[in-house]
Amino acid sequence: MREITYLEAVREALSQEMRNNEDVYMLGEDIGVYGGAFGVSRGMIEEFGPERIRNTPISEAAISGTAVGSALTGMRPILELQFSDFITIAMDNLANQAAKIRYMYGGKGTIPMVLRTPSGSGTGAAAQHSQSLEAWAAHIPGLKVVQPSTAGDAKGLLKAAIDDSNPVVFYEHKLLYKTSGEVPEEQYSIPLGKADIKQEGTDATIVATAMMVHKSLEAANLLSEKGIDVEVVDPRTLVPFDTETVVESVKKTGRLLVVHEAVKFGGIGGEIASIVAESEAFDYLDYPIRRLGAAFVPVPYNPVLEKASVPSVEEIVENIQEMVNYQS
Amino acid sequence: MNLKLPEAVSTEKLTELYEQMWLIRLFDEKVDEFFAKGKIHGTTHLAVGQEASAAGVCALLDDSDKITSTHRGHGHCISKGADTRYMMAELFGRETGYCKGKGGSMHIADLKKGNLGANGIVGGGFAIAAGAALTSQMKDEGYVVVCFFGDGASNEGSFHEALNLASIWKLPVIFVCENNQYGMSGSVNDMTNVSDIADRSASYGIPGSVVDGNDIFDVMQATDEAVRFAREGNGPSLVECKTYRWKGHSKSDAKKYRTREEEKQWRDRDPIRLMKEKLIEAGHFTEEDAEDIKKKAVEMIEESVQFALDSKEPDVSTLLEDVYAE
Ligand SMILES: Cc1ncc(C[n+]2csc(CCOP(=O)(O)OP(=O)(O)O)c2C)c(N)n1
Ligand SMILES: [Mg+2]
Repeated sequence: MREITYLEAVREALSQEMRNNEDVYMLGEDIGVYGGAFGVSRGMIEEFGPERIRNTPISEAAISGTAVGSALTGMRPILELQFSDFITIAMDNLANQAAKIRYMYGGKGTIPMVLRTPSGSGTGAAAQHSQSLEAWAAHIPGLKVVQPSTAGDAKGLLKAAIDDSNPVVFYEHKLLYKTSGEVPEEQYSIPLGKADIKQEGTDATIVATAMMVHKSLEAANLLSEKGIDVEVVDPRTLVPFDTETVVESVKKTGRLLVVHEAVKFGGIGGEIASIVAESEAFDYLDYPIRRLGAAFVPVPYNPVLEKASVPSVEEIVENIQEMVNYQS
Repeated sequence: MNLKLPEAVSTEKLTELYEQMWLIRLFDEKVDEFFAKGKIHGTTHLAVGQEASAAGVCALLDDSDKITSTHRGHGHCISKGADTRYMMAELFGRETGYCKGKGGSMHIADLKKGNLGANGIVGGGFAIAAGAALTSQMKDEGYVVVCFFGDGASNEGSFHEALNLASIWKLPVIFVCENNQYGMSGSVNDMTNVSDIADRSASYGIPGSVVDGNDIFDVMQATDEAVRFAREGNGPSLVECKTYRWKGHSKSDAKKYRTREEEKQWRDRDPIRLMKEKLIEAGHFTEEDAEDIKKKAVEMIEESVQFALDSKEPDVSTLLEDVYAE
């Protein structure tokens, strides 16, 4: 199959949907001729024009609020925040309006909007441009939260997010933009709430998100050389969460390591670990559940410190080895 | 005092300011160079072409006065008295840098010199500046605060909230807009519906003025008035400096949103050259003196690079330090 980059997959999903649905439009800072902070929308204003690729002032609160208002009244806005850190400024409209309107109004109205935004560290952009704040959004009933890790997933999940009648926060990882993968040319949808087993295995389960899926796969490779057979599960969406796939995997392997780039304390990993601990898989555990996440610090600028702040392939390997070797 | 006339300021002070203008330019050009070579990582925003607003504004501030800066903050930092060696070390991520290598270009702060910090969040400085001015007012400390911000930042909600609050409390803060015509790719003409950002001051009942941001004397004159106004307890004001960023927004910018002709027009109004011409004309120094002053700046930047390169990377054990105060 054809291979394209994650960035191109996102752009293709956006473009194909815009060709088919007049109600879909995009708004955000510098998404016009500049092509967006990371170049995702490059070329789109030329195709769709400034009415549908709307360059906004630097006004995240107005961007998210305008999206809510237009979604409530029949449009399907896709807004881009240049860095997911700036969700702080858009958050009121997201958390207090978009997420709650339908429920507060007793089931009236829908907010079909997608907030796309790059997250994660590894670019040396320091503390205000590198965070992984997905757990914030996941904590708000009414929002859906997506974190694709591959080009193919990005395209299909974005289509599903745009089709969804609810506000969806769609986190794209900066370091994944340039990675390539197989992506069908036609439009397709990957349902929200369906995890993907990126690699099958029997000795231990790693549940990992975004960039950490790739580090976990790398670790799994190294571990297989040592005779340890790891299953890597990518939930792909945090809300809704595919409990079944994760629980089934842990029942099979008896060990669970959760890995994410977000700060470990208060991160989504705690939720995933709890979901498993509360499930029937608990009885199958041969070793206590472990989690890896970023250190409890803002993301530092220096590349050595930055790297040290997030889980590494070596740490994943070490943890799985300890968990598996314990039994023998 | 009419600061627009170079005669009104001492040769000594003007020599210092002229050197500072070069320090700002050369610092940023050096950063640009190391970025291109991959020796500095992350991101950076250069203020080449905008030297006069940083130098001109800070020329009117005392050591006790404070500033809040922006993502494009190297110039503010230098003008508020920072040591370019520690700045360069920070950009190289070294332990000797202003932020021990943890902040980088967008977060350089020098609290001792009254620089409350650059900011990676556009519009992040408005309310912080108001807060620092509130301290001055409540403790009767007499200092004023300058809040540097861009044309684009004036479209953030925090602009409105902070200016309104500062105006009703009569806080000693000067909001200095460096209108370089663009916020990233967004032209100020497309992104606002007023002809001058200074027009917005009317909404808060505070004075607003527009100056030629490439003419350091024009900047100094307006700042002098605004600083007096604040020191006398009259509250905030807004000074808009019209200027232009010569380089791209940040590291990769094809600058498709503006024309090369427009760039040339602004480059022809080089703030450093304009200053030099006025100073030579007013008899403060000669062309050779100007060259000597520039040479000093060149040497300082070279020394700063060497200092950075000779400095150590922070130890990994420092990762967890400084999250909380003891
Ligand atoms: C809250 C927030 N939104 C967006 C950005 C991304 N961004 C960084 S600088 C910039 C442009 C700022 O324009 P302006 O205020 O005019 O300052 P200039 O860059 O021209 O100096 C943008 C959009 C950011 N850092 N913070
Ligand atoms: Mg600007």
